Amino acid sequence: MKFRDDGLIKLGFYISYVAIGLGALFGLLQVLERIPGVTLVSAGTYYLSLTAHGVLMALVFTTFFIMSLATYVVTRELGMNTFSYALNRVSYALVALGTVMAAVPILLGKASVLYTFYPPMKASPLFYIGATVLVIGTWIFGANLLLTVKKWRSAGNARRKLPLGVFGVVATLIIWYIATTGIAIEMLFQLIPWSLGLVERIDPLLARNFFWYFGHPLVYFWLLPAYIVWYTILPRLLNIPIFSDFLARVVFVLFILFSTPVGYHHQFMDPGIEAGWKFLHTTTTFFVFVPSLITAFTVTATMELAARRRGGRGLLGWIGALPWRDPVFASIAFAMILFGFGGATGAVNAGNNLNYVVHNTAWVPGHLHLTVGTAVALTFMGLTYLLLPSLTGKKLHSRKLALAQVYLWFFGMVLFSSAMHYLGILGSPRRTYDVTYGGAQIAQEWGPFLIIAAVGGILLFLSVALFLYNVFRTLTSGVRIESPRPEGTPPLPQGEPGLVDNFKIFAGIALVLVLIAYLIPTANIIALGTPGAPPVEIR
Amino acid sequence: MTINKYEKAWLIFSAVMVVAFLSIIGYFSFVAGLQTPQEAEVIDPLLIGEDARFSQPRVEEVIPGELYNVYMVGRMWSYSPRELQIPRGAYVKFYITSPDVQHGFQVVGTNVQANVIPGYVTVITARFEKPGEYLIVCNEYCGRGHQFMRAKLIVTEDEG
Repeated sequence: MKFRDDGLIKLGFYISYVAIGLGALFGLLQVLERIPGVTLVSAGTYYLSLTAHGVLMALVFTTFFIMSLATYVVTRELGMNTFSYALNRVSYALVALGTVMAAVPILLGKASVLYTFYPPMKASPLFYIGATVLVIGTWIFGANLLLTVKKWRSAGNARRKLPLGVFGVVATLIIWYIATTGIAIEMLFQLIPWSLGLVERIDPLLARNFFWYFGHPLVYFWLLPAYIVWYTILPRLLNIPIFSDFLARVVFVLFILFSTPVGYHHQFMDPGIEAGWKFLHTTTTFFVFVPSLITAFTVTATMELAARRRGGRGLLGWIGALPWRDPVFASIAFAMILFGFGGATGAVNAGNNLNYVVHNTAWVPGHLHLTVGTAVALTFMGLTYLLLPSLTGKKLHSRKLALAQVYLWFFGMVLFSSAMHYLGILGSPRRTYDVTYGGAQIAQEWGPFLIIAAVGGILLFLSVALFLYNVFRTLTSGVRIESPRPEGTPPLPQGEPGLVDNFKIFAGIALVLVLIAYLIPTANIIALGTPGAPPVEIR
Repeated sequence: MTINKYEKAWLIFSAVMVVAFLSIIGYFSFVAGLQTPQEAEVIDPLLIGEDARFSQPRVEEVIPGELYNVYMVGRMWSYSPRELQIPRGAYVKFYITSPDVQHGFQVVGTNVQANVIPGYVTVITARFEKPGEYLIVCNEYCGRGHQFMRAKLIVTEDEG
């Protein structure tokens, strides 16, 4: 079945592939540069590359892939075009325009401020304006999908449950709207006027406050689409219903409630925020583990049922009966396994005093490469092997290469991430061009682990290269799928919508939780009344 | 809405685990006193030189062997003073600020660290029990010389 929006869906995927390719090149450069004694580029180029890697991977790759995945899920599950093709086109165009506006100063070295862009380090105003245009584009995108759901409801589906995938998309969009309020405030009231010279000073602590109000729920904007894949596409792959549709919905609702009032777990080491508020954010962060723990159970149980139907036996023997030679299945399974470890190391980050050991050390990139870098990125790459043939009608160039790519990512990430976590425990800082510190004794202990991280990084780069080669050959080969699988609209869920299906209630509670967690500490920061900091140009 | 019995058990286990983690962390925060940095003063980053504490960054002996104040400035790309000497076991109150961009203050191999934010003075208290030489690094990216930004802390044997 074809839909009017398919051209945009494909475009979004292609842009995300370009982003992951460029991002991987910068990543390779960084792991090699950090090997003690190796100098490939200047410090200025390193920090330019570090900014580009973060922006390309965490913002461009994810945003475009997620927009297209969400459109795909909504059109397929509801069996209709999106509300307005024009709105959808405008949204993709704005996100692309914003990306280019931000990318130009980054590549010219005028915005080496990393993807956290903490003021008073100042980038070119174009960088901030570009990022804002990107966000506005996503708002229009989300509105179009929500209007699509509304149109579906008014077409005789008012008393129906939303299909699970669409349910997840709506939850993701609600989180996105709540989260982006923070970045919009930071951009419009702080960074843009200050970078243009309209105001002289900025409060860097208040900017951090708004950035992390946005920055943490941002990770659920990445993660939930991966969960949608695990909950909807994995069961179809295994030819089995999801273990518990109800609990899957509970998971998405819990994310709506707890994904935003958690930002201070990025600011435990900041002055000017009282310890009690930080502990409140520790508490809510631990609550947000619960939906992921439920997911671990539901998805694993779904896999076990499928494996036993295929003849798997024994307490753990069923694991061998799973289709480990299917690249799509393997990508999801490995993504989940590594996400389990990422969740555990995230619990360390989230503990307000445990955080002393790991804050701003290599542990943190070690953690986020397991979460967004594997749970999300590996799921998206694996999904590509399924969606690309379905969208283009072309046969995947090589399933073997695809399988090799997935395993390579897994092993590369195990090496890279373990080494980075360990470096963090040894005290090695993140985001640093050279960590030899004039030959300091303690810094010498880091050397072997920097080399292991680099080996992992090389494997990850090769994995992306294999992925892109396979995508490229698939698109250019022109070998059609012999008999395309009839891709009908999946059956709609049965039964009346219950409390869990009422988004308005949960979005309302989420807003109340956000106000409880942020209103007073934000007012306290403003009440401190710092004269603020003037801009410092990147040199 | 029936929930499978194994899933129910898992849910209970998850809830108990989260509550246990929070209790342990809460105990160490509020009973054992291992809290996060929170104290802050405001300061004009352009007028740091007019504040007697930061015009001459230094270690100030308040009670010999027991209490020391450290006035520290982190700037692109150095910490001053470059070297600190503190007797083992003494309470050390750090006052750290920045005249330019954000920095991170981390004493490698210890639990001592905090963010340094222009417009604010970060105030943290620490004790060092193990004598020796410690590396202090900036762990918040602060521009192309970020990797040069370091200092040395020497914890001396003579106990207070």
